[in-house]
Amino acid sequence: MSGNRVVGKPHRKVDATAKVTGRTLFAGDLSLPRMLHCKILRSHTAHGTIRSIDLTKALALPGVVAGLTGNDLPIPFGILPVSVDEHAVAIDKVRFTGDPVAAIAAETEEAALEAVRAIEVEIEPLAQIRSIEEGLAVEEPRIQDYGPRGNIHKLVNLEFGDVDEGFAEADLVREDIFFYGGNTHLAMEEHASVADWSPDGKLTLYSSTQTPHYVHRALSKVLEMPPARIRVIACPNGGGFGGKSDIFNHEIAVAYLARLTGRPVKIVLTREEVFYCHRGRHPVLMRVKTGVDRNGAIRAMAFDTLLDGGAYGSYGVASTFYTGALQTVTYDVKRYRFRGARLFTNKPPCGPKRGHGTPQPRFALEIQLDRIAEQLGLDPAEMRLNNLAPPNSVTANYLKIGTMGLGKCIEKVVEGSGWKEKFRMLPYGKGVGIACSSYLSGAGLPIYWNRMPHSGVSLKVDRGGGVAVFCGSTDIGQGSDSVLAYITAEVLGVDPMEIRVVTADTDLTPVDLGSYSSRVTLMTGNAALQAAEKAKDLLAKGAAKKLDVPAGELVFAAGRVFHAADPEKGISFAEAVGAAEALFGTIGTVGSYTPPATAGRFKGAGVGPSPAYSYSAAIAQVDVDMETGRVGVEKIWIGHDIGASINPTLVRGQVEGGVYMGLGEILMEDMAYREKRNVVHKTPGMLDYKSPTTLDMCDVETYLVEEPDPNGPFGAKEVGQGPLLPVPPAVANAVYDAVGVRIDEVPITPHKVMRALREKAATGEGRFGPKKFPSVDWGEPIAVAPPWEDGNGRPKEKKEDRG
Amino acid sequence: MRSERTIDGPGKIVLSFTVNGTGVEIAVARHKTLLEVLREDLGLTGTKHGCELGECGACTVILDGAPVLACLVPAAACTGARVETVEGMAVGPALHPLQDEFAEAGAAQCGYCTSGMLLAAKNLLESNRDPTRDEIRRALAGNLCRCTGYLQIYEAIERAAARMRGAT
Repeated sequence: MSGNRVVGKPHRKVDATAKVTGRTLFAGDLSLPRMLHCKILRSHTAHGTIRSIDLTKALALPGVVAGLTGNDLPIPFGILPVSVDEHAVAIDKVRFTGDPVAAIAAETEEAALEAVRAIEVEIEPLAQIRSIEEGLAVEEPRIQDYGPRGNIHKLVNLEFGDVDEGFAEADLVREDIFFYGGNTHLAMEEHASVADWSPDGKLTLYSSTQTPHYVHRALSKVLEMPPARIRVIACPNGGGFGGKSDIFNHEIAVAYLARLTGRPVKIVLTREEVFYCHRGRHPVLMRVKTGVDRNGAIRAMAFDTLLDGGAYGSYGVASTFYTGALQTVTYDVKRYRFRGARLFTNKPPCGPKRGHGTPQPRFALEIQLDRIAEQLGLDPAEMRLNNLAPPNSVTANYLKIGTMGLGKCIEKVVEGSGWKEKFRMLPYGKGVGIACSSYLSGAGLPIYWNRMPHSGVSLKVDRGGGVAVFCGSTDIGQGSDSVLAYITAEVLGVDPMEIRVVTADTDLTPVDLGSYSSRVTLMTGNAALQAAEKAKDLLAKGAAKKLDVPAGELVFAAGRVFHAADPEKGISFAEAVGAAEALFGTIGTVGSYTPPATAGRFKGAGVGPSPAYSYSAAIAQVDVDMETGRVGVEKIWIGHDIGASINPTLVRGQVEGGVYMGLGEILMEDMAYREKRNVVHKTPGMLDYKSPTTLDMCDVETYLVEEPDPNGPFGAKEVGQGPLLPVPPAVANAVYDAVGVRIDEVPITPHKVMRALREKAATGEGRFGPKKFPSVDWGEPIAVAPPWEDGNGRPKEKKEDRG
Repeated sequence: MRSERTIDGPGKIVLSFTVNGTGVEIAVARHKTLLEVLREDLGLTGTKHGCELGECGACTVILDGAPVLACLVPAAACTGARVETVEGMAVGPALHPLQDEFAEAGAAQCGYCTSGMLLAAKNLLESNRDPTRDEIRRALAGNLCRCTGYLQIYEAIERAAARMRGAT
């Protein structure tokens, strides 16, 4: 890659100047003439039947223009086709404290707020389901009217090979129980949307969304309008982290109110409302059973997860599968069983947060491996090195691994941190811990079944030398607009800052599925690469004719097209465009990307496949205050297998941001609810919901492992999510190294550390964490023979099922 | 505190103050915060809101030489005051060294906390030309950023400080 002029080099982001001058327009910054303001009435009851709702008084107030209640929009929506269970505002029933009940559009925000307060609602309370345990135990009332039974939303039972046989062969079998508490994205920007209705009957929605394509589809469905008459523009997101990748009530509500009134309607959620929108990290109770031989090689693994889903489906079915998907991508697990259940509870819906469904099992497994290493007297870093999933292989659950740089990541952090001199050797109170992870570079399958590309780019070059890239992707701060510019600039030999990037506008840009699953660099990058190569080919033919040299001998660089052997012999990029236009007419090209075929053919095989997996290893060094139980993280060393960096500055920013968010999860962030008071959120504000400030953030040493992946553009893999994953368990393992107590529950608060330290003082062993895993009727497993047992990715015939 | 004068409209006051060096006289609703006046009445949307409760730091501006959270300052209290926002940092197309280094270091990911960070940093550098990493951390402790992990922000501030001292 050394020949690259743009890719792999530090460049400013194309929107950097706009961002540092305050010129970036987020959805909440928009204002249109005649604009109305929307406010949403939210339920104060966690679970109840709406007996009556009366807007009469509200609509009579000065400045109030229109209202919305559930029956106005009876068609449901939902991000996953298997759980279409939401409405713009509730019909008949409220399911959590904060569930939207009605919406008002008024001349001013104040008038809308007054009107919302004047809405008369009568809700008859129903019994509340407040926990995983209650979700399993309480059959009636049901929060939703679908799912296998009671309040179980999704039940998964998959077996790849005979795990019992594997456990029988193992020298050591451990079973541990863990709990990963819920937390939220806390993007700095509150969600905002502006809907505009034009006189010719078209709707435009500007929104802080990571997934304009899915919002587009939902609006069309719920409003019963053809997609061609709806335009969704995703504004730059002021942080996403998965929190803006769902279809939100307020987006539908303002669109409806704009159509009803014929005027623009804006909503900006309050910070408190953002907590109710949530879609964040699922709380997950986990039981992990792993069998190893005396050298620590994994023989079999059984993973059971119970997810507290909240009141709606959201991405929850995918989240459930993700809690079981990637264990085999990290380590070589020949026999693997995964059972998972997602429960509906009367809380804000959980969904995808950075690392979607993966930090929880990582936390459990990486702590368990630490225990196993200790029991066997092995170095936990060495033991991991001996268990790596092989590159270019297919896992027991039919995930295709390509490049695999985890070993190098481990070696880098072990060396950089001085692990061998520190592990079990630091003074009491200080410790180090290691953990590893893997993540997708984009989901291998789309959310709704289709064979179309996941990402499309169209490219326009004009005779003035201008290059414009059009793509449906959404910049949420990760720099995806810049990645499009860098890749295009690399191919066409122009300055990336000269490229106009037009993104996330369903009227102007080809579909990209959205900024989720760490898919954007790989998928839009490949689409952009294809479009740019096609344009380059046309331009080369034009230039070749003009310069009278073979097209294949031309170089595109520094805004020129010239002969490789004689750089003086060349023309400007603009002249090359002109020459190509003279030959072919106006120059425009397209590129698209569809991931390679997946290998699994069983129910659930759609979650986990990816064109490429990233890998991360982290070592945390902590200082535990024995008086207070406070865990101070001094430093994180992290190695990340990026494949190849498109821009090392941005890659480092993603790594450090991921480490930061992982630290927040392990140390303090907690979506806690008052179970006996309407399951109301305990801390729906940025002061009480603790997140790391500058004073909490530690130093980070980042090592990038670069082995170009053939599926990535210029070899690039993801970095947006993976580096978060090893951080929580690395900290937990470091706490054990420091003070000898196991905290098997996220977050590791001082209170939990003190409890464990007291237990250790009294009994010699200290642990804080869940002790029980409820009994679950998992039903019959879907048994799939792994590839090495002559499996074909399909479930075994019923008769072959184990008795 | 400072004098205020009502005009015809109910609940409106005339606010006369200096924003980014320019004198402004404007009738605004009495209840509005400085943040609301900047964003809604003056169209200066570079100052962001992340909570409107004084918790996140996104709306940090400089008021009479001190950093404040614009969401907690009643506009009525700003009569005669000097306010600096992100819009006042660049001189024409020339970025302030802090802005330039933020852009260079990747210190603005989503960019939503950036304005507040820049003004908190500017205020720090006005009283401390060569701050240590720890002094920077303390000066930014009231400004949350969810993207960067803060490290690239520190580096940008350190490089800008060096430039402003003439050290580079």
